[in-house]
Amino acid sequence: MAIKGTDIVKKLPEGGKKNCRECGLPTCFAFAMKLASGGIAIDKCPYISPEVRIELEDALSPPIKPVTIGAGANILTVGDEQVLYRHEKTFIHQPGMAVLISDDEPAEAVDAKIKKLKELQFHWVGKVLKADMLALRHVSSGRTAFEALIKKVLPVTDCPLMLISDDTEALLDAHRLCADRKPLLYPATAQNLGKIIAAIQNRPAAVAVKAAGVESLVPLTSRLKEAGLEDILLDPGSRNLQSAIRDQTLIRRAALKQVFRPLGYPTVAFPCFMTGDRQREILLASTFIIKYAGIIVLSDIDEHSLLPLLVQRMNIYTDPRIPMSMEEKVYPINNPDASSPVLITTNWALTYFIVSSEIESSKVPSWLCVKEAGGLGVLTAWAAGKFSGDNIAPFIKKCSIESKVNHRRLIIPGKVARIRHELTEALPDWDIIVGPREANEIPSYLPDLVKSWKN
Amino acid sequence: MEYKAPLETYTGRVKEVTLGKGAGALKIGGGNILPLHYFEGSTVHRPLVALEVNDNGADRWAEWVVQPYKDVVSDPVKWAKRCLDLGADLICLHLDGTDPQGANRSAAEAAAIVEKVLSEVDVPLIVYGCEDDKKDVEVLTAVAEACKGENLLLGPAVKENYEAVARAVADNGHCVIAQTPIDLNLEKELNVKLLKQLPPERIVIDPLSSALGYGMEYSFTIMERTRQIGVVFGDVAMQMPIIADLGGECWKTNQARADREQGMHWESVTAMSLLLAGADILVLRHPDNCRLLKEAIEGKI
Repeated sequence: MAIKGTDIVKKLPEGGKKNCRECGLPTCFAFAMKLASGGIAIDKCPYISPEVRIELEDALSPPIKPVTIGAGANILTVGDEQVLYRHEKTFIHQPGMAVLISDDEPAEAVDAKIKKLKELQFHWVGKVLKADMLALRHVSSGRTAFEALIKKVLPVTDCPLMLISDDTEALLDAHRLCADRKPLLYPATAQNLGKIIAAIQNRPAAVAVKAAGVESLVPLTSRLKEAGLEDILLDPGSRNLQSAIRDQTLIRRAALKQVFRPLGYPTVAFPCFMTGDRQREILLASTFIIKYAGIIVLSDIDEHSLLPLLVQRMNIYTDPRIPMSMEEKVYPINNPDASSPVLITTNWALTYFIVSSEIESSKVPSWLCVKEAGGLGVLTAWAAGKFSGDNIAPFIKKCSIESKVNHRRLIIPGKVARIRHELTEALPDWDIIVGPREANEIPSYLPDLVKSWKN
Repeated sequence: MEYKAPLETYTGRVKEVTLGKGAGALKIGGGNILPLHYFEGSTVHRPLVALEVNDNGADRWAEWVVQPYKDVVSDPVKWAKRCLDLGADLICLHLDGTDPQGANRSAAEAAAIVEKVLSEVDVPLIVYGCEDDKKDVEVLTAVAEACKGENLLLGPAVKENYEAVARAVADNGHCVIAQTPIDLNLEKELNVKLLKQLPPERIVIDPLSSALGYGMEYSFTIMERTRQIGVVFGDVAMQMPIIADLGGECWKTNQARADREQGMHWESVTAMSLLLAGADILVLRHPDNCRLLKEAIEGKI
């Protein structure tokens, strides 16, 4: 729970009764309320004491600290989440998806992973989906291979980096090679924390602390915070699915419900270290996408396993309060022109997603008329009298499709073949064509239809 | 600052539903915890994984998901046995062949198929009609009567036909699937209506499962909220177990049809998401995913 305005006002000068108005607001109470909602900076009050100021800044800071990794244009911010369940309020920062490269991998494998990180991109309903960062891991004896790997990666990608080594000296040397990139260092443990703190105090880095269990993380983050370092991620060490669900849940609850600051940081998860099996690794990653991870490290990526994870991540991080209906209008798909086919469907968001993505994959430039039908699917809308001849006809007349195309052929969903007759009567100048029953038949149906028109 | 683990206990409890009868019966629900929160609640029946058998064959299934059943898809009995050999906890029989727009199999023929499958397997059966609300009343009534006392899980009962479907279920000793279109209010409304005909221990909620990328997040949130309203807030009209019939939805997407690996992940990621949301029964198509999800449920991953 964040601090309330009524609690803040008591801490202001003269117990909140000074009312000097120098902040620009009429009373201290108004200032306190605005401060609580984040609408004004605390230093607008010239009389606040330094101690109260620090106390309020702390109380007003987000319960899960936002942490940024990387420098320049390509950075990753995670954390700053405010809820446990997406229906309460949207999840904010999608977890960063990292690809693990170990320094004992053959050069071709390393090159292939870098290439995949850069080039594997997916277009999905108007968005570009891709993985975010590289995790470089020291496993060879000696440091030569690790340093060589870092030197190889630095010039070829500007992506955020995570450095992993159980040899603290090697980790800190690696950090020196790329401190200007503000990498994430892992692991900081009870054993090496002092060295890490000393090394990063004047060279920026984020730190992922590792401990055996949630509770053991607390002294580590507390020491970092005392040293003024707060770019922290948490690894409670859970390495199987059910303990991971437990730990991720406890950390998120402690941060949000107890405002327990030592656990108020994003987490890092390692499906790559939890299994050697690809199917299991993807299943673990999908669990972490839902269960609160800030960064998820995968042993490798390929187009067929990355796409499902990125789509899941997008699904889970969309705003659930957006109504499930689309605006009534004509949607152009695949750059249609005056001769392109015209299809009609209802405005349920799912219907629209499915139909539009099938048209997209048919590659046929098309116009999709989306008719307001109370946010219902095609059959339900028809049953409710919201998708029938007498209301589709006026929509076709007013939706401007007649000015966009030079033909008068309208494709209706196969599931409402029965409205063809009434629609023909209501739209005498249009030829009504019954399309497929299922949207997934569109990619085979549309190209053939268009070809038959040309002949 | 001292850490005190934020463990939570809830007063609400998911209803325990028994499927099937005798030695082969299985139970779902019963817990007072959020999905997979085994660290903070009493013993519960873990979720079950069913594989789908379709009376309509698998002509329209992606080739990679037909492959494990290729030689048996024309025979629902052999197909069901294959599913059990491949690790399914129970069988979900879809009677798509009864669709008046398709093969239009009669109610009597459909009932005979269900009876046959039932007599040859010793696990509980889930039976879905073809989702034509009028035809489903005929078909589900015939199935309920033919398998009287066998405690099948039958559905879907929807807004348009729930009275007749629930009557057939109640009169013949079965459980019902209460299906609503991804809407919490409609879901509760149907549950309340069904509770006048059946006890909550005979109802399983189907809020509709959408595939990853095709509205999965809506199904996810409806299931997650259903479980919260039932367990955290103790609403007795929302305490029934949940079924996620997702295999068909996943395997009809272009992404699953385009590539085997991608299809496998499409189904497993959707299933894992809905499991985390609160599903008590997952209905899948691919046996490898059945094994994978069972491993997740049993804590072997």
